[in-house]
Amino acid sequence: MLFKTLFKSRAEFLSYAALTLLLVVVLPVLLPVFRLNLFGKYLTYGFVGVGLVLLWGRCGILSLGQGVFFGIGGYCMAMFLKLEASDPITTKIQSTPGIPDFMDWNQLTHLPFFWEPFKHFPVALLAVVLVPTALAFCLGWAMFQRRVGGVYFAIITQAIALIISLGIDGNQGYTGGRNGITDLRTLLGWDIRSTSAQYILYFACVFFLLLCGLAAKYIINTRMGRVLVAIRDREDRVRFSGYDVALCRTFVFALAALISGVGGAFFVLQVGFMSPSLIGIVPSIEMVIFTAVGGRLSVVGAILGSLIVNLGKTTFSEAIPELWLFLMGGTFIAVVMFFPNGVAGLMEPGGWLSTKLEPFKAMLFGRSGPGSGAGNEVVEVVKNTSVSIAQTTEVTK
Amino acid sequence: MNLHELWSIFVMQGFAGISLFSVLLLMGLGLALIFGQMGVINMAHGEFMALGAYTTYFCSTLVQDHAPRLLPFYFPLAIVLAFVLSAALGAFVEWAMIRHLYKRPLDTLLASWGLSLIMQQTYRSIFGAREVTPTLPEWLMGSFKPTDAIDIPINGVFVLALALAVTGGLVIFMFRTPFGLRLRATVQNRAMSNAVGINTKLVDRLAFSIGCGIAGIAGAAFTTIGSTGPDSGSRYIVDAFLVVVFGGAANLLGSVASAFGIAQAQSILEFFLDGTKGKVATLLFIVVILMFRPQGLFPSKVRSS
Amino acid sequence: MSKPADFLLSVESLGVSFDGFKAVDGFNFYLDRNRVHVIIGPNGAGKTTVLDLICGKTKATSGSIKFKDQEIRGLAEHKIVRAGIGRKFQNPSIYENLTVFENLEISHPKGRGVFGCLMFRRTEEVLGRIRAVAEDVALLELLDTEAGILSHGQKQWLEIGMLLMQDPELLMLDEPVAGMSVREREATAKLIKKISGQRSVIVIEHDMEFVKEIADRVTVMHLGKILAEGSMEHVQADPKVIEVYIGH
Repeated sequence: MLFKTLFKSRAEFLSYAALTLLLVVVLPVLLPVFRLNLFGKYLTYGFVGVGLVLLWGRCGILSLGQGVFFGIGGYCMAMFLKLEASDPITTKIQSTPGIPDFMDWNQLTHLPFFWEPFKHFPVALLAVVLVPTALAFCLGWAMFQRRVGGVYFAIITQAIALIISLGIDGNQGYTGGRNGITDLRTLLGWDIRSTSAQYILYFACVFFLLLCGLAAKYIINTRMGRVLVAIRDREDRVRFSGYDVALCRTFVFALAALISGVGGAFFVLQVGFMSPSLIGIVPSIEMVIFTAVGGRLSVVGAILGSLIVNLGKTTFSEAIPELWLFLMGGTFIAVVMFFPNGVAGLMEPGGWLSTKLEPFKAMLFGRSGPGSGAGNEVVEVVKNTSVSIAQTTEVTK
Repeated sequence: MNLHELWSIFVMQGFAGISLFSVLLLMGLGLALIFGQMGVINMAHGEFMALGAYTTYFCSTLVQDHAPRLLPFYFPLAIVLAFVLSAALGAFVEWAMIRHLYKRPLDTLLASWGLSLIMQQTYRSIFGAREVTPTLPEWLMGSFKPTDAIDIPINGVFVLALALAVTGGLVIFMFRTPFGLRLRATVQNRAMSNAVGINTKLVDRLAFSIGCGIAGIAGAAFTTIGSTGPDSGSRYIVDAFLVVVFGGAANLLGSVASAFGIAQAQSILEFFLDGTKGKVATLLFIVVILMFRPQGLFPSKVRSS
Repeated sequence: MSKPADFLLSVESLGVSFDGFKAVDGFNFYLDRNRVHVIIGPNGAGKTTVLDLICGKTKATSGSIKFKDQEIRGLAEHKIVRAGIGRKFQNPSIYENLTVFENLEISHPKGRGVFGCLMFRRTEEVLGRIRAVAEDVALLELLDTEAGILSHGQKQWLEIGMLLMQDPELLMLDEPVAGMSVREREATAKLIKKISGQRSVIVIEHDMEFVKEIADRVTVMHLGKILAEGSMEHVQADPKVIEVYIGH
């Protein structure tokens, strides 16, 4: 029963299984730990992407402030790690030992009250989940009740991203300022920079990402998913079918924030710092870009999108820094104008690519067997994704 | 600090606010035209402003190198050129990109963000990542001192005059010319406008290009009060959008009022708090108000259908 | 006449103005159970606005709207729907991207809350209801068709079907036969007659033949006010009504 709700078709299941295989087996086997850690970082943006599939793809709400929730989740985790890293012995050369170094530099003599709860790991974990959710709930409820939507919502959330990043930036003593919270080394005494820790954190990140993906698929395939699409396409009718549209929107906004916050926490664990540069306007809109490129309607697409775009960013911005922004800007314009359903939409049967490549496709995919190397695996993922996207987009067409 | 000094600070800080007001107003007017009238979100608006600024810089270097004697006179020409170039690019962008996305306003937002990335990188490739400043004519330098303690820079007065002139021009254009009438008709009822023989596609293109042109003027004005870098425009984009939304999207005079309010609040708060805190406080204030009054300060009155 | 408490819907001195323009003014309206009440009137008379006011789409500036003796003026739209009022719009308002089946399913009143939506299951009861309603609106054969490709008349029926799924006590239909062929019109008239066996229906319609066929009672509106009320024969004989229809 649950299985049927999660995967509407065999293809949908296969695409998710292929993604799982890629993330759990193929990448860890093929990549050295340094690269794997980098992929782990990209995947944390995938959390935001999964949230955006629900929020933007399904419900039509474009938030340009998802970096805020990602960042808050990250900060909640970073604050705990920073306190752990600032024990009185390590920080004994400071004028006030036992508080984070940046506070000492800013002449703070005791820990600010809102840092106190983050001394406790369970509280920090709870905060990672609850603070972004609660903030999104309040913001969402205030706006959706008054029917703020569309471009207004986008502009206001963008302004919120600016406010929060400037606010963190401008209060160095309390937040670490522009540099953010850095030098995070241990989690409950466990060195998070060791090779084994990087493997474990990667797998934990993948596990939670896939779990969030499944939750998103569950929602998409229940009545909630259909109501969200209905709200996107014909808001008034939904209201007159007796649904509380504002509440549904608030729910999905808060849920997307929750998922993003978890992503932020995994970012901190894997990268070892958090700063306002991950919250502001540019990163927030880039997260939308990942989702758009991967496919705004598809969970698998959004996760792949965060991998593809970030991989491209790392590769090309190192090799051809001059051209990278042209490439990124151009890709984005092309995706929005010609392929609004992204890579995932391209691959669907009847989509642009399949019509062009129909003759080659049979030849290509006909031969590739399972387990015949990484290249084929990726192809498999992409191929299967395409089928599943077809399934999911059918609902919304 | 006596009362007199406090008053002087207020006047001068108020005047610093006036410069910000002028830039926000010029940015906001272009956006109000594009967003308020056409419902299109142009995230590259700041880059059109930067185009105007770079045009001015380019003119100034050209004049300096080849005809230094003309230096006092080039500036008005540079403003016109800034307008023309930005408007031309705007028309091209409308033709190539925006017109395909009129039915998907959120997608125009994203596509124009892609455009802004490309434009920024273009500036970086041509003019370098460093900020540049054009050589300003003598008559724009210096200041005007009504009392000993008050010091009002002439460039600020010039920018204010320019902003008010453009506002006046736009209002006349919108409400006193046949094109303005067609534009307003198209906004209210596109199908009907088509039916009575208005070329709504042309109206769209002209409106978009004029909006971008005004951003170009904003850029030219901007060079007199700050230096220009590849991302100068994007620093003002959120403020400019808030000006338009806060003023009530389709209301030009609302934009004037909200640009004034935002600029004054920001510059006075910046003096009493420090820089970013003043800005954060202003933005927060606007966002909270918008959450409770999403229609802005001066909503246009249209019977809900 | 029954006493006020017996009315399903009683609207008293209802009014709304848009920037000083009184679209509806001093509107009184009483509706018994299991009746078909038709509102007619020239364009701009305020008929659609009255429905908008009752279902909460437009907020009234004065007056009261009582449904089953409960004041519903000022309630949120979805609460008015949950109280038992369904509304069909002038242009068919359906989910064009969903199939007929999904359109009907989404209108099922069970599980309209957030968690209700997440827990909603296609039980036998739900499937049975969908089938029964689809049969009533003659769409049983087309359950798996995407709603967007239905004919105009079928879309109108689908929207009525969606309202029936909600099982409301009061249905409000805004021009249900606009754009329908003669045969479709007859079928719709039969459908409305059948519906009114268990619930009341308010209909806005221009087609006088159709009105004659279905109406238990007719209200004529003009310039936001009630011009005449009574049986079809009664209002047709009213000189004021003739003046409005012919004088213009």
